[in-house]
Amino acid sequence: MSGVVLPAIASPRQRWLRRYGLASLGAAIILAWALLAIFAPWVSPFDANFVDVANRLKPPSWVHWMGTDALGRDVASRVIHGARVSLAVGFVVVAIGGLFGTLLGAIAAYARGWVEEALMRLTDLVFCFPPIILAMAIAAALGIGTVNTVIAMLVVWWPKFARLARSLVITQRSMEYVEAAQSVGFGPAHILVRQILPNAVGPLVVLLTLDVGNAILVFAGLSFLGLGVVPPTAEWGAMVAEGRELVQQWWVATFPGLAILTVVMGFNFMGDGFRDWLDPHARTR
Amino acid sequence: MLRYVVSRLGLSVVMVLLATLVIFLIANTVPGDPVLMQLGDLAASNPATVAEFRHHWGLDLPLWHRYWIFLDGMLHGDFGESLVSRRPVLRDIADYAPATVELASIAFVLSLAVGLPLGILAAVRRDSWIDHLARAVSLIGVSAPTFWLAFVVLAIFYGWLDIAPGPGRLDPVSFPPTPITGLLLIDTAWLGDWDTFRDAAAHLVLPSIVLAGSTLGLITRTTRAAMLEALSQDYVRVARAKGLRGRAVVTGHALPNAMLPVVTLGGLAYANLLAGAVMTETVFSWPGLGRYTFTSAVAVDFPAIMAITTIVAIVFVAVNFLVDLSYALLDPRVLKR
Repeated sequence: MSGVVLPAIASPRQRWLRRYGLASLGAAIILAWALLAIFAPWVSPFDANFVDVANRLKPPSWVHWMGTDALGRDVASRVIHGARVSLAVGFVVVAIGGLFGTLLGAIAAYARGWVEEALMRLTDLVFCFPPIILAMAIAAALGIGTVNTVIAMLVVWWPKFARLARSLVITQRSMEYVEAAQSVGFGPAHILVRQILPNAVGPLVVLLTLDVGNAILVFAGLSFLGLGVVPPTAEWGAMVAEGRELVQQWWVATFPGLAILTVVMGFNFMGDGFRDWLDPHARTR
Repeated sequence: MLRYVVSRLGLSVVMVLLATLVIFLIANTVPGDPVLMQLGDLAASNPATVAEFRHHWGLDLPLWHRYWIFLDGMLHGDFGESLVSRRPVLRDIADYAPATVELASIAFVLSLAVGLPLGILAAVRRDSWIDHLARAVSLIGVSAPTFWLAFVVLAIFYGWLDIAPGPGRLDPVSFPPTPITGLLLIDTAWLGDWDTFRDAAAHLVLPSIVLAGSTLGLITRTTRAAMLEALSQDYVRVARAKGLRGRAVVTGHALPNAMLPVVTLGGLAYANLLAGAVMTETVFSWPGLGRYTFTSAVAVDFPAIMAITTIVAIVFVAVNFLVDLSYALLDPRVLKR
């Protein structure tokens, strides 16, 4: 760090790219996958569950551009259909877990006293376990199936939101506008939902966005272990599991894995971009 | 200091106790039926067999009584017998743990060795190519599914290029050393069995790189953020103003102050590596705790699940406790609060 380097003056285009580039790239990736998921039956070249044993384990070609799996099913079609399960699970887990955790954390911070103490010790308890292990134990005990796995994930999902929401509300609670709202005569529920939450929403949105990717990863992992979807449902984690012994027929496991990687990267790009956006200091200090 | 340590220790013990209660309640109230899982449909249709099985495993006792038995056993270092292997659970765990500890430790060192310098450089040379590289590495690192990464490296380096050994801890032709610590590298080095040492080391390369990938991103990002924070402080400006060299400012002034969040995360990351080895161990057929946890969970093997989750919770709480202590050592202000 010697001498003073004056920053080059960026063109408007460069500035736009620097500010919104990463988030836009992430949003574009997610949008592309969401469209594929919605229109899966129309855009996929084959029926995802069409078995064609005569054409099993064929390498990528013009007909099957991601090859075929051990049952002769078209990998590309299954990857496209797999987006439905993964995206749906990611959104559902984060929406429900995030809402529940945020509410609990906000209530804890606003109520204070023994309510806060009890709620926060409860979150500490869930934090005692690595999420994947707890989710695995619950998922195994509940039995295999998408809904059961989602329930297991929800059990371990809410605490981080409770912690974040609590710390955000605590900072906001001492602000003057809260006092103003109280003196005007608004009740605690109104103040919490209409006044404090909108002011604390930024970091929550960042966590929510990053977390959809995380939820997709965890679900794919559980599914890879055989605790997710019921076969023959096309799901990325399960597809990697089906292909994991096939080191020579690399395409069976590689493409669904790439699908997970790109979708999760999309959410991470977007969350990261949001963070830069909300807190320009984090990046340009 | 002593008062701080004692109060933190007390809190940790309470947390572990509560954690065992939680996992006990979960394990005992979920619908999965261990009787059916273990006996099979035929035997489970015979009421006498079922009653005998339930009695043998204490499943006919009331819930609080079973929890008491579990706690009592735990305090005596007895976690009961596995429903699957019919061996004391603790013996099972002692057999499987070294493989995971060896793998996770090497992965941890690896991710620190790469992540710390990368994070520091990214902060010092902000917005340079190395900063962008660090960001790309950490974003891809946290986005790539571990189980898929494991498959990809195995397919490339073992299946295609054939320069790395296949799954497992040793080649089938190698004789495992008589276990002393159970850590193959240490045992073979101790016995002077260098051929087996090389074999074990070669088998560790791919899985530890894969496992390190999952924490590398986190460590890089935390280090970068903490260093940026420290570098913007007044004391750094003062140090620069009085003419210290850039390197002395970075390593002498900014780095020690940036270590706090890194230590927290590092501690948790290590505990998570031990637990997160499930996927890596599955793909690499690694006979470790992750594998054992998974098979126990699928078989609804209550004593094994209880024991593992309890031990993991103890490790987690212990790591947190150590992190808190190192906080107090690194930042004297913590004690005064």
